[in-house]
Amino acid sequence: MSSLVETKLPNGLTVHLKEIHTAPLISHWVWYRVGLRNEIPGKTGLSHWVEHMQFKGTPQMPAGVLDKAISRDGGFWNAFTYLDWTAYFETMPADKIDLALNLESERMTESLFDLDEVESEGTVIISEREGNENEPLFRLGEAIQAAAFQRHPYRFEVIGEMEDLHTIQRDDLYNHYRAHYVPANAVLAMAGDFDSTEMLKKIAAHYNRIPAGQPPAPPEIQEALPAGEQRVEVSGPGETSYLTLAYRAPVAAARDFFALTVVDSLLSGPSGLNMFGGSGISNKTSRLYRALVEKELAVSINGALQATIDPYLYSLTATVHPGRSAADVLTALDEQIDRLQQSPVAEEEIRRAVKQARALFAYGSENITNQAFWLGYAEMFATYDWFTSYVQTLETITPADVQHAAQTWLQAGRRVTGIYTPNGRQEAFA
Amino acid sequence: MNPFASINIQSLPGPDDTRRVVLQNGITVLVRPNPESASVVISGYLQAGSLFESDEKAGLAYFTATALMRGTARRSFQEIFDALESAGASLGLGCSVHTASFGGRALAEDLPLLLELLAESLCEPVFPAEYIERMRAHIMTSLAIRAQDTADMASLTFDRLLFPGHPYGRADEGYPETIAAITRDDIVAFHRRHYGPRQMVLVITGGISPDAALEQVEKALGSFANPDQQLPPVLPEVKPLLKTIRQHVKIPGKSQADLVIGSLGPRRNSDDYLPISLGNNILGQFGMMGRIGDVVREQAGLAYYASTSLNGWIESGSWEVSAGVNPDNLTRATDLILQELKHYIQDGISLEEMQDSQANFIGRLPLSLESNSGVANALLNLERFQLGLDYYRRYPGLVAAVTPEQALEASRRYLDPRHLVIASAGSKKS
Repeated sequence: MSSLVETKLPNGLTVHLKEIHTAPLISHWVWYRVGLRNEIPGKTGLSHWVEHMQFKGTPQMPAGVLDKAISRDGGFWNAFTYLDWTAYFETMPADKIDLALNLESERMTESLFDLDEVESEGTVIISEREGNENEPLFRLGEAIQAAAFQRHPYRFEVIGEMEDLHTIQRDDLYNHYRAHYVPANAVLAMAGDFDSTEMLKKIAAHYNRIPAGQPPAPPEIQEALPAGEQRVEVSGPGETSYLTLAYRAPVAAARDFFALTVVDSLLSGPSGLNMFGGSGISNKTSRLYRALVEKELAVSINGALQATIDPYLYSLTATVHPGRSAADVLTALDEQIDRLQQSPVAEEEIRRAVKQARALFAYGSENITNQAFWLGYAEMFATYDWFTSYVQTLETITPADVQHAAQTWLQAGRRVTGIYTPNGRQEAFA
Repeated sequence: MNPFASINIQSLPGPDDTRRVVLQNGITVLVRPNPESASVVISGYLQAGSLFESDEKAGLAYFTATALMRGTARRSFQEIFDALESAGASLGLGCSVHTASFGGRALAEDLPLLLELLAESLCEPVFPAEYIERMRAHIMTSLAIRAQDTADMASLTFDRLLFPGHPYGRADEGYPETIAAITRDDIVAFHRRHYGPRQMVLVITGGISPDAALEQVEKALGSFANPDQQLPPVLPEVKPLLKTIRQHVKIPGKSQADLVIGSLGPRRNSDDYLPISLGNNILGQFGMMGRIGDVVREQAGLAYYASTSLNGWIESGSWEVSAGVNPDNLTRATDLILQELKHYIQDGISLEEMQDSQANFIGRLPLSLESNSGVANALLNLERFQLGLDYYRRYPGLVAAVTPEQALEASRRYLDPRHLVIASAGSKKS
């Protein structure tokens, strides 16, 4: 049996605990509501760089001590920076969890941001970006985001603009850190082999001393709906063309987000909410696989819908068959989208998508790290209820909802169509 | 330090909770139940790896393995995947030098379906001609993408130089000219000669009792027979390097270059494997990628990743350092890595480092075995390398018994900084 505790410390830190006694492990996460969304032009990449600096030591735990301490105890740890949030986790043998509590409570406010470390980490991040730029789909995605948004920071990559990575200073990073890393802007999530009452006492002992602080007001960014279809073309090395359609998507909290989740499942195959341990279900019977891959127009197709605070993008990406053009793929894709807009889907197709979502949950729940991930994730863009009622909400989606979502969100006038063309090849929108 | 402190040895897979049965037709089946789990994982291999193929038809074993699910005597490609995907299940096949492998997962109630589809794919594939051509285009596209991937190309070059004239030096997926030369008849013949139950291994873990699992396996695969099945040939001897060999693959237009430096490593079941593995952890894994990560990433800020890996196979193995760096920093990163290798081989490792490494190996065991797929993978390794069903129970003791001197002595048998392969791929230095 597993039980769930939801509470808030006096300083505003939200705490979610779930006891799971299947393995002698505990996964401890701290989430902050800060990401690309909280950045401004000229200083993009701050949140991600701050995340890197969080591994560079505090007064009591200097750089190089932390990673060794975690490894020595057989734990693993990592961090992620996304559009709307930054999260840190340690998964440890249950009797070693104090190390994670010490570490996370300390680096909530006491990270050093040593100047030499800042500079050295800057070059590491530039190297990370150079690695990303090797990938055609990173370059295409970057161009699409820039075209899809006029004002919203979502128009940049989380890693930041290269120019900004060369000009950001230590104080920019430190101020960003101190502004956003406060208890009231954070969620602590923990799953695993512990007693909740005892664990709450430990958590209070570690975190109560941190002053509440005042999280910055959420950014208010007015981003108009796209005025019409935009087309971007990126060229570069290679022999393979890619086509991406990126539509403005609903926010995660909206009912339409769930309808679009079903749309995505029907078009490009199921994808769940697992970050760890839940390898996917294939998509060979999805509508687009059958229309594009089985018809030898593309060699792969996938969809991506992200749960976000502000409207982001729903994208479909095809790897174009070597004997075909991106324009051929676009025509076939549009036919399938049109079909979804014109005729209601069978109830059976929705039931199938729901069963797939259930199976993905079963797979993801084997993994303690993934269980703890789930406890905090939805708090970053909605509430925890969003997660607990995810499958039930999917079950309420009707064929009419699916058709309406396709009609509303998959309008060509609200999308960016992007093509990656190998150097020297005539392509694209000719 | 007591490295056993957080481990409950009896909770690790052992002879008392793992059922091992050899069916009459030669299939070895291992089952370990996990009553907490709602799902099951299957995993296994057959003796149908790329060591059977010629240089001219490199990629034939891989092509065959991935073509098995494109249609069987009972179901079309779409019917196979409709059955799987409707159940939220997955099943896939792949191939390496020694074996063709398979893996799948499903909700526990769908294990019969998974086994039935596995059996059909292995025993009764029909290799429809249209799918062979479709797959050829897919493989060609993935090879074109591989040719642009700096990490893949550095690694491929490394293997070719380290294992000249040996199947270990060949790419399992083949090369454009060899994939173009493979006919449907080749695939049919490869399947007929090499797919059979002798020395096949199947592992099942998850929410199923051993009796029920074995009954289902017997029903699905008990009649699998192939009197013509050929068993693996004796492989050519792997010869040690006599000098350092360097090679750079030029890939224009890339902002990051990749580097692989290394030498031969021990066989997986060599007595040298565990001591070197502990040493390798210190060299390029422990904490934030060990000594190599510390020098290349943390101190010099040259790379987002710089780490080592020890790959022990049946006949031999490799010991590799990998890093992704700006093309301008290729020489500097290479020099730093070579210095560290010399330092390791000349000066050895301290007792403290060894104790850290041992604590890490033992402490992370529960984490690696928490999920059904983790356990399945562990059991498969036991069988593949004949380590014994009690291996994980003995493992903490085996790890704790290794001394720094043993690790160094074993390392010196393989890693000689004067005799290395240094392979890189990317844009030319600017």
